[in-house]
Amino acid sequence: MSGAPIKTAILRVWRGVPGAAGRYDDFSVPYEDGMSVLDALRWIRIHLDSSLAIRYSCINANACKTCMALVNGAVEYTCIAKLSSSVTTVEPLPKRPLIRDLVTDVLQDEEKFSA
Amino acid sequence: MNRFVTDVLVVGAGGAGMYASIAAARAGVSVLLLDKGQVGRGGATIMAQMTVAVALSEQEPDSVELHFEDTLNAGRGLCDRELSRLLCEEGPARIREMDEWGTRWARENGHIKQERAPGHSVKRCCYVDFLNTGPAVAATLRRKVAELPAIRRMSNFAVVEILVRDGRAVGAIALDLVTSELVGIEAKAVILAAGGLTKLFARNSASANMGGEAYALALWAGAELIDMEFVQFFPIGHLAPRLVGMDPIMWDPFRYKLGGKLLNGNFEEFIDRYGSTDFGKYNATRDVAAYAILKEVEAGRGTPHGGAYLDFRHLADKQLRAAFGPVIDRLATNGIDLTQTPVEVGPMAHYHMGGVRVDRKMRTRIEGLYAAGEAVGGANGANRLSGNAITEALVFGQLAGSHAGQYAQSIASRWDAALARERSDRLSGEQKARSDSAATPVAVQAELQQLMWEKAGPFRTGEKLTAALARIEQMQRQLPRLPVGTDKPFNLDLQDWYELRAMLMSARAVVESALGRTESRGAHQREDCPAPDDALLKNQILESIGDEIRVRWAGPMGGPEP
Repeated sequence: MSGAPIKTAILRVWRGVPGAAGRYDDFSVPYEDGMSVLDALRWIRIHLDSSLAIRYSCINANACKTCMALVNGAVEYTCIAKLSSSVTTVEPLPKRPLIRDLVTDVLQDEEKFSA
Repeated sequence: MNRFVTDVLVVGAGGAGMYASIAAARAGVSVLLLDKGQVGRGGATIMAQMTVAVALSEQEPDSVELHFEDTLNAGRGLCDRELSRLLCEEGPARIREMDEWGTRWARENGHIKQERAPGHSVKRCCYVDFLNTGPAVAATLRRKVAELPAIRRMSNFAVVEILVRDGRAVGAIALDLVTSELVGIEAKAVILAAGGLTKLFARNSASANMGGEAYALALWAGAELIDMEFVQFFPIGHLAPRLVGMDPIMWDPFRYKLGGKLLNGNFEEFIDRYGSTDFGKYNATRDVAAYAILKEVEAGRGTPHGGAYLDFRHLADKQLRAAFGPVIDRLATNGIDLTQTPVEVGPMAHYHMGGVRVDRKMRTRIEGLYAAGEAVGGANGANRLSGNAITEALVFGQLAGSHAGQYAQSIASRWDAALARERSDRLSGEQKARSDSAATPVAVQAELQQLMWEKAGPFRTGEKLTAALARIEQMQRQLPRLPVGTDKPFNLDLQDWYELRAMLMSARAVVESALGRTESRGAHQREDCPAPDDALLKNQILESIGDEIRVRWAGPMGGPEP
């Protein structure tokens, strides 16, 4: 551990399920230069609120393309969107059916399956 | 409980799972291809930026025999010769088939271009530019899978148990990650293609969905595992500065093409101190390089983030761009200019040599249960050659799919609804919505990753492993008390809980095997037993009896050929 002062970033995250009003939760996250929005979301799940629903697979390679969300109002892959050292707002994709929190239904119809 | 019906169930939709599905569909049966993430986008294949080793003889003369010999040498005497031979023999046909299906292998003068990677005696490794091998392979297979109506794709389902009736696999129980409900899957044959276990380690190069589920599912079903102590630690994974949008393994192809100097924290070359040579080229095998870097760190000669420097400052921007084009821009986005600054690299868990024990038809000892790809153990012995992983995924995928397909043609379903109901009720009964535990499944996963990295990582001792085992057993006892809440749909705590359950079982298999191997060989390095011991030139086979793991010695599979 270095002795450098710990910087903090704020993540304002939309929470909710279909048909309910939803809300924004603010989380304080230790900030490191170069860190991604997904890094922060994963940190929140381990340290602050494990019930936060997010979706990702490859963590930071930008290979799986499954971690999309609205970051400060723009559609981004959260794994490569850089976290701002002040406040970053994260919301679910607006044009996709909502499942929970930041998770939306991004599957093409032929990859979907119901019994 | 919802029920899905298929002839062949394929668990995991990376390279091996997709190839297995294609082969099974060609055998004339219906296939259900399931993935925890999105079909064709999860797993390790799509992460692979590097090369595929196959004896194509396009670049220079090569032979299956020579590839086989190199694979056995890298495996330090422990390869299952039958599996290694299959990998080398059938690799060329798979790569040519992928070529016909539209994978754009890099070419020069009309032939497929092949490079020489460490441990290979000739230029044997083909690739897709730029650092795009895995994504290109995955895209080809996704297209092929989509063309075949016999294959149904199920994204966001995690198999949590294989159903076995009278010694035969008859289907599975899966968690529908969206509805957060368990479902039943009736199948005549099941192929485990869920990859390796790199997620068990805090420092890893893999995706989030490789927590060793294939191994845990195999053990619980009654199948055997082999060589579970052999985790490959990739020596030069990216540590710093923070780099996003790239696989941390990306520096390997840079070294093939451009060399680059590996330096310690004092900017000295050091690989030659550990019985190998490097000298700005890329000769040291993975196990030696990983060992050398961490020994330098231990001696106080590491970099600030606990690794080594990789230095390309002697190269001009023009050379870098000619070799890696757009990748140089992606580095710039991360504030990295290789002509100015060395990057920090270090070992991270990258691949698992061990895995499910299978025969030449990819059959486990449980009838109807097969394995493919990284989930299979044995082909790479104690250390895998660079480039053999995608070859293995394609070759073993094809074999598993074709044999499972033929098998499914020949038998009737033995689905047992009562058994499925009993097992799913029992699984659901193991979690609590709320409890007095402050720990959550995802937090315990993080603790397990740290534990495995520190105590069962690149350097092991009997003492560290014993401590790891004790803590894993505690975590297994703690599991039923970890709260999963009542959220539906998309309850991520519940998903983490099932994942952790499998991770703990796989972690235990690694630790128990590592304890048993009181020597250092290949990727398994015991500081308390630093030399190889010829008496241990054999393999450890694992099975589970309830929650206990039983280990026995067998082989050597890698002994001299008669």
